[in-house]
Amino acid sequence: MAAAVSLRDVHKRFGEVEVLKGVSFEVAPGEVVAIIGRSGSGKSTALRCVNRLETIQSGEIELCGRRVDDPALDLRALRRDVGMVFQSYNLFPHLTVAENITLAPRRVRRTPPAEARRIAEEVLTRVGLSDKIDAYPEQLSGGQQQRVAIARSLAMEPKVMLFDEVTSALDPHLTGEVLKVMETLAKGGMTMLVVTHEMAFARRVADRVIFMHTGKVWETGPGSMLADPQTPELKEFLANGL
Amino acid sequence: MGGFTLTHFLYLLQATGWTVVLTLLAFVLGCLAGFLVMLARTAQVRWVRGLSGLYVDVVQGTPLLIVLFLIYFGLALFGFELPAIVAAALSLMIYCSAFLGEIWRGCVQSVPRTQTEASECLGLSRWQTLRDVVLPQAMRIATPPTVGFLVQVLKNTSLASVVGFVELTRASQVINNSLFQPFLVFGIAGLLYFALCYPLSRLSRALERKLNGGRRQPA
Repeated sequence: MAAAVSLRDVHKRFGEVEVLKGVSFEVAPGEVVAIIGRSGSGKSTALRCVNRLETIQSGEIELCGRRVDDPALDLRALRRDVGMVFQSYNLFPHLTVAENITLAPRRVRRTPPAEARRIAEEVLTRVGLSDKIDAYPEQLSGGQQQRVAIARSLAMEPKVMLFDEVTSALDPHLTGEVLKVMETLAKGGMTMLVVTHEMAFARRVADRVIFMHTGKVWETGPGSMLADPQTPELKEFLANGL
Repeated sequence: MGGFTLTHFLYLLQATGWTVVLTLLAFVLGCLAGFLVMLARTAQVRWVRGLSGLYVDVVQGTPLLIVLFLIYFGLALFGFELPAIVAAALSLMIYCSAFLGEIWRGCVQSVPRTQTEASECLGLSRWQTLRDVVLPQAMRIATPPTVGFLVQVLKNTSLASVVGFVELTRASQVINNSLFQPFLVFGIAGLLYFALCYPLSRLSRALERKLNGGRRQPA
């Protein structure tokens, strides 16, 4: 089966600094892959290259059969296939929860308002927030905002979802409720690429873990590799992180 | 030389009406042009940004009076003899467009970049992102300084008096030339300007307070 996401020898520079030094990995359809590593290891950048929030200098990236590095790529078509959730939620503060969720279906897919509202109700139920449909983001806790952000992304029915340190701004209690939603998604067969600092989540939920270090894929394996690190760098990372 | 009569006062009031007309004309036209300047200043294409930046610098660095002379007297040399109100409205439009364009550019750019990213990740086009996500947030920030700037425009319409457009300042000059009671006549003119500007200044400040006390966006 063709990979949902694949990176081949991807190089990315910010000015003089090379942050990705030949990164290659694949994510199969339905697979959940966690990317771990220190700040500055390039893990978030790698994720942002997948939906072309960043452009790369060389290498190949493919998502659902589409070449992401093609300069003539139809960006909007790409983004119909891939959803993204950010560390800072990035809900639209001037819109209600319902409006946040229905904006893209109405504008991009021309879904009629009533139908869009029904979609909003459905995705909010999936993240356990159906009672917050008419609230404004500022009236919600961080964990609730992040669950709305996940729901907003789900409303576009992406084939792949990217999670960029989505619990890093949350306290442990709120982190738990967001991770639970993500675990449910994973069990439902969603293809997920998750940049995270939550080792327990990586070990339990991810089919595969990628450890990035200094802009390279350093070590990769099943979640159990976290209990038995092969490289001294991963060993050190886990010792400091846990 | 007679005294200041009701007729004089009515004449000033009528001229105040023309001041308001010129202000609105300049402001509406200036908003339209300023919106285009803002779009150009935030464009993705580098030379569009550069060219519009140059426009803003040139206009902001030139006295409004010089712009007015260029349009009223300068264009006349080429056969475009514009009525005074048209020349004044055009000059003020240019003036407004540069300042409002720059004020609004700042407001648009103060909406966090992550909002644009989130919107584009949902598949919205650049234009949809601007219209549905960036502008509504920028507009909230832009309202107080925009209303505040309206006060500047209103006061600057007095410059139109030098090309013979009879607005409040010109009308006061006309009356004073016959009565020679400068303190009285210009004092009344000043009060009339104040009566127009003060509510606008208060509105601007009230809007600012409301903005600061109202919903804040998450970091």
